Amino acid sequence: MTIAEIFDTMEYGPAPESAAQALDWIAARDGRFGLFINGAFVEGAGGETFETRNPATGELLAHVTQAGQADVDAAVAAARKAQPGWEKLGGKGRARFLYALARLVQKHSRLLAVLETLDNGKPIRESRDIDVPLVARHFYYHAGAAQLMESEMPDQQAIGVAGQIIPWNFPLLMLAWKIAPALAMGNTVVLKPAEYTSLTALLFAALCIEAGLPSGVVNIVTGDGRVGEMIVAHPDIDKIAFTGSTEVGRRIRAATAGTGKALTLELGGKSPYIVFDDADLDSAVEGLVDAIWFNQGQVCCAGSRLLVQEGVADRLHDKIRARMDRLRIGNPLDKAIDIGAIVDPVQLQSISELVDRGLAEGGEAYRANAPLPGNGCYYPPTLICGLEPASTLMQEEIFGPVLVSMTFRTPAEAVQLANNTRYGLAASVWSENINLALDVAPKLACGVVWINGTNMFDAAAGFGGRRESGFGREGGREGLYAYTRPKGTTKSLKPITAFRGTSGPADGLLDRTAKMYIGGKQARPDSGYSRAVYGPKGAFLGHVGLGNRKDIRNAVEAAHKAQGWAGTSGHLRAQILYYIAENLSARTDEFAERLLAMQGGGSTPARAEVEAAISRLFTYGAWADKYDGAVHNVPIKGVALAMNEPVGVVGVIAPDEAPLLGLISTVAPLIAMGNTCVLVPSQAYPLAATDFYQVLETSDLPAGVVNIVTGEHDALARTLAEHDDVDALWSFSSSDLSGAIEAASVGNLKRTWVNNAHARDWARAEGREFLRHATDVKNIWIPYGE
Amino acid sequence: MPVQTPVSSSADLSQLHPARNPGTALDLDRIRDIRANTAAIERRAASLPGRRSIKKDWQAAWLLKAVTFIDLTTLAGDDTERRVHRLCMKARQPIRADIVAALGMSEHRITTGAVCVYHEMVPAAVRALDGSGIPVAAVSTGFPAGLSPLRLRIEEIRDSVAAGAREIDIVISRRHVLGQNWQALYDEIRAFREACGDVHMKTILATGDLGTLRNVARASWVAMMAGADFIKTSTGKEGVNATLPVSLVMIRAIRAYHEATGIRIGYKPAGGISKAKDVLTYMALMKDELGTRWLQPDLFRIGASSLLGDIERQLEHHVTGRYSASYRHAMG
Repeated sequence: MTIAEIFDTMEYGPAPESAAQALDWIAARDGRFGLFINGAFVEGAGGETFETRNPATGELLAHVTQAGQADVDAAVAAARKAQPGWEKLGGKGRARFLYALARLVQKHSRLLAVLETLDNGKPIRESRDIDVPLVARHFYYHAGAAQLMESEMPDQQAIGVAGQIIPWNFPLLMLAWKIAPALAMGNTVVLKPAEYTSLTALLFAALCIEAGLPSGVVNIVTGDGRVGEMIVAHPDIDKIAFTGSTEVGRRIRAATAGTGKALTLELGGKSPYIVFDDADLDSAVEGLVDAIWFNQGQVCCAGSRLLVQEGVADRLHDKIRARMDRLRIGNPLDKAIDIGAIVDPVQLQSISELVDRGLAEGGEAYRANAPLPGNGCYYPPTLICGLEPASTLMQEEIFGPVLVSMTFRTPAEAVQLANNTRYGLAASVWSENINLALDVAPKLACGVVWINGTNMFDAAAGFGGRRESGFGREGGREGLYAYTRPKGTTKSLKPITAFRGTSGPADGLLDRTAKMYIGGKQARPDSGYSRAVYGPKGAFLGHVGLGNRKDIRNAVEAAHKAQGWAGTSGHLRAQILYYIAENLSARTDEFAERLLAMQGGGSTPARAEVEAAISRLFTYGAWADKYDGAVHNVPIKGVALAMNEPVGVVGVIAPDEAPLLGLISTVAPLIAMGNTCVLVPSQAYPLAATDFYQVLETSDLPAGVVNIVTGEHDALARTLAEHDDVDALWSFSSSDLSGAIEAASVGNLKRTWVNNAHARDWARAEGREFLRHATDVKNIWIPYGE
Repeated sequence: MPVQTPVSSSADLSQLHPARNPGTALDLDRIRDIRANTAAIERRAASLPGRRSIKKDWQAAWLLKAVTFIDLTTLAGDDTERRVHRLCMKARQPIRADIVAALGMSEHRITTGAVCVYHEMVPAAVRALDGSGIPVAAVSTGFPAGLSPLRLRIEEIRDSVAAGAREIDIVISRRHVLGQNWQALYDEIRAFREACGDVHMKTILATGDLGTLRNVARASWVAMMAGADFIKTSTGKEGVNATLPVSLVMIRAIRAYHEATGIRIGYKPAGGISKAKDVLTYMALMKDELGTRWLQPDLFRIGASSLLGDIERQLEHHVTGRYSASYRHAMG
């Protein structure tokens, strides 16, 4: 084209970023990459390699090593060996290395960006302006987190060796999200990049050498899912952090069940993008470009489900279609390209098939009227209307540049539709009405809400989901706890079995029937079976109902009905907790006698347990209005509010060893934070709990906030773990149910907190650790400006 | 194909000036319904330069095109006829002929979009541009504050038109916007439009005085409904001149007005665009938000004085491969 022709047509021309230096970097390594283990690049033991290709052209970029078991073992051993020294270096010592990594990322920013685009297919604009700057930011932020660890998190210590498995959509950014906090908190890591996109991780390994990072602190093993499985299964890894599909997340949850490994999962999403009729529609359309046409839509938190208020739906759709036609699709190394290549032909195929299915179900597709390159992995930006929640495409994650749209009538309906999903990662809310936006944001079941914006990320704000989008947070103070555990060592816990006996009631004692407590009412066990409870010397103390699946079902339903509790004020919840304490205090003697009768051991400890329980209720009465969220310091004109939200309906298998104090230590923080719960009391000593419901009944606690089902821990825990409408399950049972609970929790990927057969000193078991488990942090981004 | 045909009669501007915007009735519902989310608009504006990159021959062609958008302007108290003559000669030949030839563009008659002066300088400019096809634009209506008597502001338009101005850049009464007095604003602009007759009217909103982007959007709409052919950001005398966020708001208003009426309104950012790189960003903004049709001088103008010098240096660099110096290019 001559200049004159361009002058007359005013078209865009090519503006390619040079790949030369990145290709030189690959060539200088002969296009073959080993594994990064113990501070050096090494050959894989098995000699097996695989190809990594540029999805935009199909060209071979390099051969990457497929790690084997021996390699993973070597990497884990290196990490294990390095960990104590790395932790002992102290936060301030580690901060210097993290700072060096941040600086190195900046110094090599263009090489990292070009290599990322070559390997992944994302537009260079994104890797250059978004991914790489966020990577540097993450290391800076966590250099600071390390620096302040001893002073700000004095009770926390490193978990140990972290196994980290990351996806291909943000290869380097996800590496940073995993490695920076782990290192900051004193852990060492074995990280596996996705097989499609290993190269920037290997370049990062070279930066670790440049930074002088001690050998073994970071180890990078490449390969396919088999390597991931080896990491997950490795007995000497203490923590698994995974970002990827819900399907694989579920397998990891099952595989790590009962191993005692800590686990955080950041999984899929079908995030709603809600446009109210008072929104700035032009800006909302531009937001969609950054929501679903960012990174070809291969974003776990992509705003892929457009919910638009009926009155403006046609106008918005027209604007979207017009905007789609101006998107530029093509060579991702071109600096003026909006949409690059899909990462791999396999993904392209999967997107096509899902869209075909949506069209077969009646969807009407609009595809951008913009040219696609002739070869390479490309999919056109697509808008699909005419589908309803019952359609596959409204529920399934497409992971491509495909937006599905439906309408709503009222704010309440928008919330209902938004939450009508198994996922719960992120949401966008567009409205010029601050009242509406701030009313809707807390009602959305997800971990991140962007008001009048989308896909905003920063190291200072936590990111992560609820439901089948996973659990745990990355970024912000909340993310640091994913790589720490409370200081101190624990003892193992031995099963406590109920005392046996044969006698009947003592003469003249009127029969007292301990029942279940469900929805504020005393209920007989569905099974119609009861068990006698005896004291240490075989004295008959009473009967307790044997709860079953149906009692759990009823209790969970009651707990759901009571979820208005979450909307009550901390002040109100505090008053009720104090009132429960007051009413328990009035019956101190009775409870002390009951504890003594069930457990023996003298009246002093029994009385001390009651007093401790009363104090604990006071503690959480105190916390109810003080466990504040945070305003994160993110680099936008606006705020990111980190709100501590209740987890929802939480099951509790209470400790056996402190039948009253243990149950109050678990239930009190839960209800203080607005959760409702289903409590399974001590199996051996259940009568303190059944006495306790009488205290609850007289303390103004709304019906259903606490439900009590007595019975066998094993069976009831399993039912709770499998229940898809239970949001979290805690177990402190003396019989180790940890593995069974974690394995059974995969259905809805509920959060679990289990004791792994470790004892806890219930006399001191209170405070922030419990409150963290009783809450989910939701980050609400609120940009402002006029 | 040349964009500007050489003409002898200054009245024959059919190609540069499409039919005038007849305007519409004042639709207050539309004005009240306007939303402009400042934070989102600022984000879009901030990311725009990174999203579009114009390189090599495309950059040369785009910069030549940018020259045709420039309203070469002098609005100073010390303007004289000789000074204006010098500017007009620059408007006729804004780029050195050897550079134009090296770019293969000698057949295209590259001139600036217009020359923009105060009323008293209009006759000198008309004489200097005679036969060039380059229109003379006069700033008017008590520019820059617009606070002289309405009668005189209207007379000023008529006088400039009589003196040969083919474009009138009016200023609005900012107080009508700040007081949300849309009827008064509409009536005022309508009156100016009538005074313009066949001559095209650019309406300067003085966005730096308007306080909010929503006010910018509302004023844009009222101006278009009242018959503005162009909406223009600034006089150059406000504290803040053209910015990308303001431009985005005005351009979106133009797009919506076109969707509603089928009438294309032009856009003129003024002040603050002094670098070749900046003008490419503005052009990409026009192309992406409005379409390629708006990348013609009948729908896009830029009020700038130092921009041309930077474009000249960039174009010479394109031809020679060496960075250029300002003294190698003729003064305007």
